[in-house]
Amino acid sequence: MSRVAIQSADFDLSHEIAALREGDVGVGAIASFVGTVRDRNDGARISEMELEHYPGMTESAIEAMIDAAMQRFQIRAVRVVHRIGRLLPGEQIVLVAVTSAHRGQAFQACEFLMDYLKTQAPFWKKETTPAGARWVDARVADDEALRRWGIVAPNA
Amino acid sequence: MKIQVRYFASLREALGASEAVEAPAGTTLGSLRELLLARGGRHAEVLGRGRAVRCALNQVMSDESALLADGTEVAFFPPVTGG
Repeated sequence: MSRVAIQSADFDLSHEIAALREGDVGVGAIASFVGTVRDRNDGARISEMELEHYPGMTESAIEAMIDAAMQRFQIRAVRVVHRIGRLLPGEQIVLVAVTSAHRGQAFQACEFLMDYLKTQAPFWKKETTPAGARWVDARVADDEALRRWGIVAPNA
Repeated sequence: MKIQVRYFASLREALGASEAVEAPAGTTLGSLRELLLARGGRHAEVLGRGRAVRCALNQVMSDESALLADGTEVAFFPPVTGG
């Protein structure tokens, strides 16, 4: 299974984790994060969201983040799935799943990868509100989250 | 030299998905941005120094000091908002 998938289709957490840990009985911990579309943002009701990305760069940027996570943490396997295109409130957007021997490294690597992805992977969200469509602004808090890992790469 | 410039998100809406740009040797990402915004109009509006614009060189996030070569793929886009 490839480590990265950029797709318009939904994903199934159980299926993804089963595939990730298959045949590896050295795994003692699996941590995962699933991001979903909220129905409100910055005080406005969101009826839908459109996700744009930079084909080619998106995949290579996330592959590089996974390489960095594999070097930094004692983890065994990683899977990242990110959806693109039109999404509705309640739908899943992103999955990061990590396997390791013990929980600490899996939890940390999962958070590291999400912090990295939020600020360094070329995706852009456009949300539809009652007042019309608008591009979502990047958050300084996401840059600060990445800085906790000693990585200074300002986005917002 | 010829540079392929791509735009994404709000910059794509304003400038189109891509354009080929002729630039002199020694051009950096930053000086290419200057060259484009000197055209005025929408280029000046969305690439202006007051705007948060990030850039990539051959599909890797880069800062504006990066030197371009003939055939380089450059991209300009707003701060990323995935996840």
